[in-house]
Amino acid sequence: MNLDVNHENSTNPALLADLHRILGTHQILSDPLDLLVYECDAYTLEKKVPSVVVLPNSTLEVAEIVRCCKKHQVAFIPRGAGTNLSGAILPIENAVIISLSRMNKVLQVDIENRRALVEAGCVNIWITHAVRSAGLLYAPDPSSQTACTIGGNVATNSGGPHTLKYGVTTNHVLGFEIVLPEGEVIWLGATMEGGEDTGGLDLRGAAIGCEGMFGIVTRVLVNLIPAPQSWRTLLGVFSSVDDASQAVSDIIASGIVPAALEMMDQLITQAVEAAYKFGFPLNAGALLIVELDGLEADLENQAVEVERLCLANHANEVRRARTDKQRADLWKCRKRAFGAIGRLSPNFLTQDGVVPRSKLPEIMRFIQQTSAKYGLRIPNVFHAGDGNIHPLILYNETHAEEVDRAVKAGNEILDRCLELGGSVSGEHGIGVEKAGFMEKQFSKADIEAMKSLRRIFDPEQRCNPRKMFPNGKRCMDFAPRRQISV
Amino acid sequence: MNPERSTGFLDTLKASACIHCGLCLASCPTYVETGDENLSPRGRIYLMRAMDKGVIPTTQKSARAIDSCLGCRACEAVCPSGVHYGQLLEETREHLNRSVQRGWKETLLTKVFVEGILAHPERMEIALTPARWIKQAGLERFVPAALREPLSFVDKTRPNEQSLPALSHTTRAPKLGTVALVAGCVMDVMFRETHRSTIRLLLAAGYDVVVPQGQGCCGALFSHNGNMAEARRCAIKNLAAFNVSNLEAVVINAAGCGSTLKDYGPLLAQDPQWAPSARAFSIKTRDLSEMLEPESIDWRPSRFRKVTYQDACHLAHAQRITLAPRNLVKRVAGDAYVEMPESDLCCGSAGSYNLTQPEMAGRLRRRKTGNILSTNTEVVVTSNPGCLLQMRAGLQAAKNSTTQVLHIADFLAAHLPVETGI
Repeated sequence: MNLDVNHENSTNPALLADLHRILGTHQILSDPLDLLVYECDAYTLEKKVPSVVVLPNSTLEVAEIVRCCKKHQVAFIPRGAGTNLSGAILPIENAVIISLSRMNKVLQVDIENRRALVEAGCVNIWITHAVRSAGLLYAPDPSSQTACTIGGNVATNSGGPHTLKYGVTTNHVLGFEIVLPEGEVIWLGATMEGGEDTGGLDLRGAAIGCEGMFGIVTRVLVNLIPAPQSWRTLLGVFSSVDDASQAVSDIIASGIVPAALEMMDQLITQAVEAAYKFGFPLNAGALLIVELDGLEADLENQAVEVERLCLANHANEVRRARTDKQRADLWKCRKRAFGAIGRLSPNFLTQDGVVPRSKLPEIMRFIQQTSAKYGLRIPNVFHAGDGNIHPLILYNETHAEEVDRAVKAGNEILDRCLELGGSVSGEHGIGVEKAGFMEKQFSKADIEAMKSLRRIFDPEQRCNPRKMFPNGKRCMDFAPRRQISV
Repeated sequence: MNPERSTGFLDTLKASACIHCGLCLASCPTYVETGDENLSPRGRIYLMRAMDKGVIPTTQKSARAIDSCLGCRACEAVCPSGVHYGQLLEETREHLNRSVQRGWKETLLTKVFVEGILAHPERMEIALTPARWIKQAGLERFVPAALREPLSFVDKTRPNEQSLPALSHTTRAPKLGTVALVAGCVMDVMFRETHRSTIRLLLAAGYDVVVPQGQGCCGALFSHNGNMAEARRCAIKNLAAFNVSNLEAVVINAAGCGSTLKDYGPLLAQDPQWAPSARAFSIKTRDLSEMLEPESIDWRPSRFRKVTYQDACHLAHAQRITLAPRNLVKRVAGDAYVEMPESDLCCGSAGSYNLTQPEMAGRLRRRKTGNILSTNTEVVVTSNPGCLLQMRAGLQAAKNSTTQVLHIADFLAAHLPVETGI
């Protein structure tokens, strides 16, 4: 199907005229040719071209745009870098996309109180870059941290490899400014000048992870932590995922809290090795990356204990990163593992299920069975420490029937996660992709309670609609019907 | 449905390597400046594929995103999927050249000024003569706006025009071998002194240096505009001029040319006559910074108060060389060395980009100038002539007259132990 560029945009002309009153010409994209790239984020299975994209420069402009959407009764969708993996910012018909990409500055750094005020479109890693010279860092480190924005992190309560020890976004965001769907600008949580505890209900906490349904976050006050004095990074080489999983359980049971505890299976290790040439053993059944950080005095004892526990669980060998560069290279391999999949397959569907740590061997066996059942390769790279799995189901979107198999395989894996007492999302969010699973994981009453909380913030449900909650009418184009991205 | 909808110009396998993850976004200068997904690497690839499949037509309008790309390839360096963005860009530009009728101004700039004059040292010499008259007579204001800036880089008087020695012998023992210098086009006319510095450095490192006759433009000025046929002709001319079998290395001191020379292999892969020598040539090509060991030369101590380094995109991103030049500059500058914020972000020069896309080039130049001034540095060192001129122009526009921008060869040669006149 071709994009119809010969027709004028179908955007409501009155809405467009109002937007032009608020914004400059270069802040509005309404030509169909300019809108195509906004039809999806990093989740490419479903697509929908929006009717207009706006690029505000300030909270004031965001508020005016939102009021304009209210006046014309249209939905609006916040967008950061578009790295989301669950379609959490999929446009719907007539929606206005509000891109925060121009509001990307670190506004203020308070070294003494270890906090920074940043705009929502600020890239996660830029915060650490801005405070590194003071020996500080921003802890949550999603694998996409070199591109994803802090606003998106707040919307999805992002985690990352190091959240095992340091916690997720909600543990590091003190407060934020949010434009509510009626156009009102409020601040939730601690302010730049105020103390850390605000008293009253923690509405800040309630809004983190709302997937953009409560309003548009425009400025964020983040907590900074001192960079650890020292570290030990170990690589356990195991013959099987079972052995590596048992080592994970034993390490946690020993009382050690690693900064990160990550596992890669054989297939992903081969892809990563092809991409980055780190020197991983290609015949290993599973690799375990264990990072310990903190005060130098205690680290060596912990490292020796981790080595002992790995070897006790039949590790073939345990390597150590000897230099900062080796450590950085190792993390680069881990964090860019998803991208290396491009070398194996044109498309992949990643899942984000969670299981109790003790069930890791069981779910990994199930994934292997699912892979065989559907005839699709499924490499795995995941946060073993918190039982958050990321099976990457490889498919080719030009074969409609393969897409179908991939979706089915993913669904079965998530069903199994729920049966094992887990959840369908650890960090990627529900988006449109997993909305159907909400009824499996939560009772009707639970979902109703969530919906009524959402209605308090967004009574007309115009702010990023049709996400997270199961909805009969999911208006979308499935990739097989609209081949553009191959 | 539409005659302009044409298809099949991309290498499908390479184009499908992009998995749309978006990790490239924050590395892209035009995206960081505009926040527009259309002006990001992921967005551009999406549009290239859409054009390739005929989902959108190939028109002047749909070329906007491709035209605005600097070709800095910062996205390639951060891409986890290993997408060959530079190649996709060249394929798409070649397709645009075939399919889109450009305005006369654009044609004049790319076809006449860039490809017709800049790429030919002898024609450039001729063009420079009236340019010098204009400057001597103070008539700059009568020159078309687009050409005023390149004119500002021309010296009023002719610099030392003595040609480069065909062969220079090192006095150092043991001798490390013989290397050939690629003199290039713009570099040879406007930066011959930098070539002399380069030769002196190579001599000091222990190499004999030859400057082969009959060489010319590396082809970058053509391939970056998607004129691949002419780029191949340039490559063949150089392959004929260099006899690489006796050489330790082919040395280049301009990053943009270096990445093109290192790509002669793929450029001529389909040419049965030249493919083997193109591969051999590319394997031997080295940037100057790859040839010098920081500790092997007894540098004179630097008098500069503060020195910083700006990555040339085609060295840092296309060739992935960031440490070698830094280590050299750091060795010479000592404690005076400081890192500059966003040193790996394009300055907006990007070959002829500052001529064809002056608005974005200007924005990036102002951004770069701000970063330079924030370091309070005395010297900015870089590895490419375009970046050098762009940063000089930026500092000039900011009314700064205390910060120098130096080519790494000139900076290093100024600290050589003894004057070796060549």
